[in-house]
Amino acid sequence: MNRYTWRTAGLEAVMIAAATVFAFPIYVLVSLSLRQPGDQSSPLVLSSPTLANYGDAWQQAGLGTALLTSAFITITSVALVVVLSALAAYPLARSTRTWSKAVFLLFMLGLLLPFQLALIPLYQTMRDLGLLGNPVALVLFYTGLQMPFSVFLYTGFLRALDPGYEEAALIDGCGPLRAFFSVVLPLMRPVTGTVVILNAIFVWNDFLTPLLYLSGTEQQTVPVALFGFVGQYVSQWPMVFAGLVIGIAPVLLVYLAMQKRVIQGFAGGLKG
Amino acid sequence: MATAVRPRRRAKSAPWWFIAPGLVFFAFVVVVPSVQGAGYAFTDWDGISPALEFVGLDNFRTLLDDESARSALVNTLLVAAGITVVQNGIGLLLALGVHARIKSRTVLRVFFFAPAVITPVVTAYLWKYLYAPEGAINALFGAVGLQSWRQDWLGDPDLALWSVVAVVIWQFAGYSMVIFLAGLQSIPQEVTEAASLDGAGPVTRFWHVTRPMLAPAMTINLMLSVIGGLKLFDQVWVMTQGGPGGATDTLSTVIYRQAFSFNDFAYSIALALVLTALVAVISSVQYRGLNRRERAL
Repeated sequence: MNRYTWRTAGLEAVMIAAATVFAFPIYVLVSLSLRQPGDQSSPLVLSSPTLANYGDAWQQAGLGTALLTSAFITITSVALVVVLSALAAYPLARSTRTWSKAVFLLFMLGLLLPFQLALIPLYQTMRDLGLLGNPVALVLFYTGLQMPFSVFLYTGFLRALDPGYEEAALIDGCGPLRAFFSVVLPLMRPVTGTVVILNAIFVWNDFLTPLLYLSGTEQQTVPVALFGFVGQYVSQWPMVFAGLVIGIAPVLLVYLAMQKRVIQGFAGGLKG
Repeated sequence: MATAVRPRRRAKSAPWWFIAPGLVFFAFVVVVPSVQGAGYAFTDWDGISPALEFVGLDNFRTLLDDESARSALVNTLLVAAGITVVQNGIGLLLALGVHARIKSRTVLRVFFFAPAVITPVVTAYLWKYLYAPEGAINALFGAVGLQSWRQDWLGDPDLALWSVVAVVIWQFAGYSMVIFLAGLQSIPQEVTEAASLDGAGPVTRFWHVTRPMLAPAMTINLMLSVIGGLKLFDQVWVMTQGGPGGATDTLSTVIYRQAFSFNDFAYSIALALVLTALVAVISSVQYRGLNRRERAL
């Protein structure tokens, strides 16, 4: 069963062919971004590549600011989600009381609700609070929105975790907060990795919410900045595509650097 | 120390108030506005004036007469069905492929999953270019002598919806693959080996051994793709904005347009409530059906 036979070789060839088809769009993306602006030849071949489009795109799209805004929103909201959902999951996993089950169910209901329903009333609330156009609105939004999924992951992990460690810490005179932060949270590192990866990719890539909450301001996230940029320069595909490559570079680099963790995160997070 | 003399009891390590901060965020962002939204769906709220009147089911009656919303509803169901079937079909084939003992399997996994982490706005623009009448796909067909396969992929009303669906499938087939792969890896090798010692060929092995044991992965994949398909927005909005002539409108794009282009907030929310009901009903029916099958095995 473990031998590399002709059949295996055939399968390998088929899979590589499939991968080539899958990669074709990415090839076009990169090769177009390296093309001379006036080049009218077929989009399939690349002659005399240039990096000039990247400089132009960087300046025209204001991607520097957008990357900073996106980074601020992603880092802050993921940090909040991790701490708050881990904290919330802790009593939910340990207590068997009715209220605890009810709160857990309420969180799980949040997994089903399409946020389109909450979108407009929340938009009005943010407007009344004067938070429209402020990245803080998005941090609030993502922290609340991502709570159910993260609570779900943490609770599942905690239920399988031996409570002996935290009990020992409490007997040694730790307060509950200290026991949580110095004993429980470090023990949950594997699932924290999953929570961070899944949330960070979701927040970084989200389009509709920043489109609404930050519209008409200087502070844009990367997807919204790209949306405006493409609308403005739609005929200059090489520069537009250079902008798109810059926009996805951070996520792709993180993915390639930690591909094993990312893939496991996506697969493992959903096993529960 | 006081703790030392106290009789040993199960230490109370997780006070209830740990839940409070997370619950406050969740209530502020999801629970309260959703309840508000469900209420507004039965009023004539215009989004600005606090004066609103209860209009009962009027917004839903409007929906029945609204040709474009009805076709968006149909499109939404088609999109969800198409994505669910094809994405999971391809995902399963890819998973079986990269689970086999081929040399390139690690690299191929990274490859197939990569589109799933890319910003949907970017993949949508990329494909908008690929789909253009003089774009890369038509150029490719031209170059290999398949002139008749050239199409106006996003401009043809009969084709546009499926062109959008194809992009979503391309992007997330790797996601399905990864979940199926986790399922495949959890199948103990002895089971498949025993089956093949008993003379079962690859097809029999797949059907009678692998397929039943993949049921949990199947449940997760089907749920995810149905819910994702029903809520689809980004790709449609970037590639076609619902056009040509509403041919690619989904509930999400109509909801957005009604609220933020036409300022018809109450109607928009009524549509969102329909979407919510759709997601809730379909996914719970699906969950029950799949769960029963899982238990039957």
